Amino acid sequence: MPEQLPLFPDAASSLAREVDALFVTWSLIAAFFTLLIAVSIVYFMVRYRRQSEDEVGLAERAPVWLETVWSIVPLAICLVMFGWGARVFYKLYRPPADAVEYWAVGKQWMWKFQHPQGNREINSLHVPVGRAVRLTMTSEDVIHSFFVPEFRTKQDVLPGRYVSVWFRATKAGTYKLFCTEYCGTEHSHMIGRVVALAPQDYEQWLAGGAPGRSMAESGAALFQSLACDTCHREGAGGRVARAPALEGTFGNQVALAGGQVVIADENYLRESILQPAAKVVAGWNPIMPTYQGQVSEEQLNQLIAYLKTLGETTGEVEDDATAP
Amino acid sequence: MPDAAHAPAGAPAHPALAHHFDSLEQQREASTLGMWLFLVTEIMFFGGFFLAYLVYRTRYQEAFFAASHHLDITAGAINTVVLIGSSLTMALAVWASQVSRRKLIVVFLLATMVLGGVFLGIKAYEYGHKFEDHLVPGRDFRWEGPHARQVEIFYSLYFGMTGLHAVHMIVGIGVLAALLRPSWKGRYTAEYNTPVENVGLYWHFVDIVWIFLFPLLYLIGLHAR
Amino acid sequence: MQPLRDAALPRRNYLNAAYGVRSWLLTLDHKRIAILYLISITVFFALGGLFATLIRLELLTPQGDLVQQDTYNRLFTMHGVVMVFFFLIPAIPATLGNFFVPIMIGAKDLAFPRLNLASWYVYNLGGIFTLWSIVHGGVDTGWTFYTPLSTTFSNSYVVSAALGIFINGFSTIFTALNFIVTIHRMRAPGMGWFRLPLFIWAHYATSLIIVLGTPVIAVTLLMVAAERVFHLGIFDPALGGDPVLFQHLFWFYSHPAVYIMILPAMGVISELVAAFARKRIFGYRFVAYASIGLAVLGFLVWGHHLFVAGQSLYAATVFSVLSMLVAVPSAVKVFNWTATLFEGSISYETPMLYALGFIGLFTIGGLTGVMLATLGIDVHVHDTYFVVAHFHYIMVGGTIMGYLGGLHYWWPKIAGRLYPVFLSRLAALLVFVGFNLTFFPQFVLGYLGMPRRYWSYPDEYQVLNVLSSAGASILAVGYVIPLFYFMWSMRYGRVASANPWGAVGLEWETTSPPPTHNFAVPPVMTHGPYDYGVGYHGISEEPGKRPEDEEADVA
Repeated sequence: MPEQLPLFPDAASSLAREVDALFVTWSLIAAFFTLLIAVSIVYFMVRYRRQSEDEVGLAERAPVWLETVWSIVPLAICLVMFGWGARVFYKLYRPPADAVEYWAVGKQWMWKFQHPQGNREINSLHVPVGRAVRLTMTSEDVIHSFFVPEFRTKQDVLPGRYVSVWFRATKAGTYKLFCTEYCGTEHSHMIGRVVALAPQDYEQWLAGGAPGRSMAESGAALFQSLACDTCHREGAGGRVARAPALEGTFGNQVALAGGQVVIADENYLRESILQPAAKVVAGWNPIMPTYQGQVSEEQLNQLIAYLKTLGETTGEVEDDATAP
Repeated sequence: MPDAAHAPAGAPAHPALAHHFDSLEQQREASTLGMWLFLVTEIMFFGGFFLAYLVYRTRYQEAFFAASHHLDITAGAINTVVLIGSSLTMALAVWASQVSRRKLIVVFLLATMVLGGVFLGIKAYEYGHKFEDHLVPGRDFRWEGPHARQVEIFYSLYFGMTGLHAVHMIVGIGVLAALLRPSWKGRYTAEYNTPVENVGLYWHFVDIVWIFLFPLLYLIGLHAR
Repeated sequence: MQPLRDAALPRRNYLNAAYGVRSWLLTLDHKRIAILYLISITVFFALGGLFATLIRLELLTPQGDLVQQDTYNRLFTMHGVVMVFFFLIPAIPATLGNFFVPIMIGAKDLAFPRLNLASWYVYNLGGIFTLWSIVHGGVDTGWTFYTPLSTTFSNSYVVSAALGIFINGFSTIFTALNFIVTIHRMRAPGMGWFRLPLFIWAHYATSLIIVLGTPVIAVTLLMVAAERVFHLGIFDPALGGDPVLFQHLFWFYSHPAVYIMILPAMGVISELVAAFARKRIFGYRFVAYASIGLAVLGFLVWGHHLFVAGQSLYAATVFSVLSMLVAVPSAVKVFNWTATLFEGSISYETPMLYALGFIGLFTIGGLTGVMLATLGIDVHVHDTYFVVAHFHYIMVGGTIMGYLGGLHYWWPKIAGRLYPVFLSRLAALLVFVGFNLTFFPQFVLGYLGMPRRYWSYPDEYQVLNVLSSAGASILAVGYVIPLFYFMWSMRYGRVASANPWGAVGLEWETTSPPPTHNFAVPPVMTHGPYDYGVGYHGISEEPGKRPEDEEADVA
C-alpha cells in the first residue's frame, strides 16, 4: 500500500480481520445493488427515451409477487448481515477470561493509562503482543472515546462510571489512538499511540519504568492511608465492626437495605466510595463519609484494583448480607 | 377578510366562514383536528420530562421518596380539586355556547379563569415555601440528609414539570380572556362555537397533565413515610 | 425545453394580485409564504455553505493552519446547526410543500393561513437567535449538543443557539400541523386517499414525524438550557445525572429528523420520475405505504446512534435488527422508481437529471446506512468520516438533489417563466460530479479511521482530503449557478405555458403562475394520479377540461 495514499487500514488485532470480512462482504453487496440500479437506469434511459413530443409511457400494474420479492430479498440479506454483525460485536465487547486488566482515564485533552504492574503512562499505552488486554476506562470531565483503527474497536468513555474495551494485539508496532467523541477545543489533539511489543520487549519496557508497586499494592496502601480499614474489617477481638468486610465482595451479589440485590461490580464499588449513602448494604448504618474529591480517578482505580484482589479470595458475601 | 365574494351564491356566507373553506362544517372539522394535533405535540413535549422522571425515579427511588415528602400534599390536593372544578365550568361554558346563551358563556368562562387563578395562587405559595426551604435547585440548594444530588434532580424535575404546567395555565387563562369579548357580543352560537370548544379541549388537556403530575410528584412513597 | 405556444403571463396571478412590501409581509396566501420561505432558506443555505467551504479549506492540509481550532469547532457546529435545522428540515416542506400541497389536492389554501404566516416569522425569529450566537462567537458543541460538554464545559453561546432551535421547532410544527389538517379535510371532490400524488403522501408522513418528534427535541434543549443557566444536574454525571439519557432523548427526535429531511425529497422524486417517464408510478400503493412505513420505523431505531456509547449489548442488538427493517421501505421506493422507467417515455429535462442522480446517490447512502446499522461494522466506523460520508449522501445527495429537482420542475409554475436549458443541465451535472468527488473519498477516510470533527489529522490522510476539497469546490459552483439563472429568469426568462412538461397533476391544470385562489374553477378529480392514459393531451397552455376518464384507481 503506498504510504501517500493508503486505502485500507492495517489489521493488528485478533478481531480486525473478522471486522474486515464483514465490511468487505457488505461493500460488495452494496456495490452490486448500486450497479444494478445504475445500469438499469442508464439502459432504460437510452432504450425508452422519448421519441415524439406527445408520446406517453406504458403504465403497467405492479404485480404483488414482484413487490414482495424486492421487499423480502433486501430484508433477508439485511437480517443475515445483522446476525453476522452481532456475532462480531459480541466478540468485540466480551473480553476473554484470560484478559489482563489495564486502566485508562480520559480528560480534556489527554489519556492516562495504568498498568497492572503499576506503570503509568500518558498518551501512550504499551501492551504485549498476543495477550488479551482489557481496558477499564472512565473520564474526568466530558465524554471521550477510545479508538484504535488498526484494532477495529472503539468505546465511548463516560464520566462518572466505568466502561471497558478489550483487544489482543497480533503484530508488534505503533498504532494511532484517537479520541472519536468530540470533547472540546483540542479534540483533534487528543491523540496518542498504542505500542504493541513482543512479550520479552514488553517485560523489558516494564522493568525500565520501575514503578515499585503494582496497582493492587498501591490500592492496599491507599486503603490504609485513607483509614478505610478502621471500619471495613473483620469484627475480631470483641470489637464490633462498623462496616462490612470487603473480602469476597467483588463480583458477588450484595443485598441492600432497600431489599434490592445488586452485583458488586466496578461501578458499584465506585459509587459506594464516592456516594456511600446511595446503596447501603443491608444491616449496616449509612455512616460512611463520601470520598468524592478526596481521591483522584487514578487512585480510585488503584483502590478498586485492590478490592478486586480481595474479591477473588473467598465468597463471604452471604455472611455480609446477614450481618447484625 | 375579503371572503364574502367567494361564498357559494344563494345563501349569504356566515361571517365566521373563512374564504378557503367550503362550509362551516369543514371549517369546524379542520379546526378541531388541528387542535387535537396540537395536543399531540403537547403530550410529546411533556413526554420528555415524564421520561426523565421515569428513569431517575427508577434509579434513585429512595431519594425521590424522601424528596417527595417535602411537598405539601394538602396544597396539591386542594389544587387538584380546584382544577377539576375549573374543568366543569369550562365544560359548562362549551355547553352554554352550544345552546347560544351568551351571558352564561361569559359567566362560566369567568369562573374558569378565577379557578385557574386560584390554582396559580396556591402554586405560587408552594413555590415560595420551597424558596425559603432552599429546595430550589441550583447554587442555593440545601439538603440535610443522604442523596442530596438525587434529591436535587427530583426538584429540578418538580420545578420543570410544574413550571411548564403553570405556563400552560397562564396561556390558558389568556386565551379564555380573549374569548370574553366575542362571547359577550354573541359571536358563539349553536351554529358556530369552534373557538370555545377548542379552548375547552386545551383546558381539559392542561387539567389532565396535572392529574398525572399530582400523584407522581406528591404521592409517591407514602408507604415508606 | 418545450417550444412556446403563448407569450404572455396570465393577467391576474398571485404575484401581481397586490404590490408592495406590506402585501408580502402580511400575506396569507400559501404561495407567497412559500416564496418568503424560499428567500429565508436560501440565505441560511448560503450561510451553511460558507461554513462548509471554510471547513473544506481548513482540511486541505493536515496541520490546522487556516483557522484556530476553536474557530474550526465553531465552524462545523454552526454548519450542522444551520444546515440541519434551518435548511434541510424546512427546505422542501416550507417552500415546495407550502406552494404545492394545497394546489395538488385542489384546495384554495392551507387550512390555517395565519398559522402558516406565523410559521415563517417564528422561523426567522429562531434564525435571529441562532445568528446572534454566531455573531457573538458561535457555539462549539457540535450540532448534537452532547452533555456534559454542552451543559458544563463549553464556554460558547449554547443557550441562545438552543433557544434558536427550540423556537424554530415551532415553525416546523405549525407547517406540519397545517399539512395534516389540510390533507385530511380540504381535498377536492373526488380526491380519495389513493388518488393523492405521492408528493402529498410523503408530506403527510413527514408531518406525522414532525408533530410527534419535534416537541421532544424542544423539551430536551429546554432542559439543556435550564441545566446550563440554573446549574441543574439532569444530564451532568458530576451532579447525579446521566449523559446517555440526553443522547436517547436527542436521537429520539434526531433520527426521525433524518426522515423529515428525506421523505419530502422522495415525494418530489416520485413526481419527477412519473412526469418525465410520462407514466404512472410503478407500485403506487407500495410507494405510498413505504412513506408511512419509514415514518413509523423512524421512531424505533434511534438507539443505533449509541452502539458504542455505553448502552447494553442487548439494547444494541434490538436497535440493530429494527434498523435493518428500514431497508425494506427504502428498497421498495428505489426499485419502484427504477421500474417506472421501464417502458416509459423518458426525456432528459433538468429536473429528471436531478431525479436520476437522487436515485443513485440515495441507493449508496441507504446501503451504507444499513452497513452502519450492522453492529460489528459500526464499532469501527462510528464517529469517523464514514458516517460523515453516509449522512451527506442521504442529506446532500438525497434531500438537496430532491429540493433542486423539485425547484427546477415547478419553477415555471412558481415564477411563470423558464430558465436556461443548457446552463441548468450543466449545473445539475456539476452538482452530481462535485458531490461524488467530495464525499466518496470520505468513505475511504472513514474506514481508514479518520475521526470526524478533527481540526488537524495525520499526514497520510491528506490526498483523500484534498480530493474531497476539490470536489467541494465543483459542488459549490454547481450550487451557485442556479441561484443566478433563477433570479435572471424571474425577469428575463421566457414565459412558461400552463403545462410546459406535459405532465399530469392538478398543479398543471391551472395557469402559470396560478391565481390567488389557485384555480379559476374549483377542480373535481375524476381519475387517479399520474394518469397518462385516455384523454392525455400533452403540453398545453390552457387548463383544459379532461374527458371523463375511466375509473382508474391504481394497483
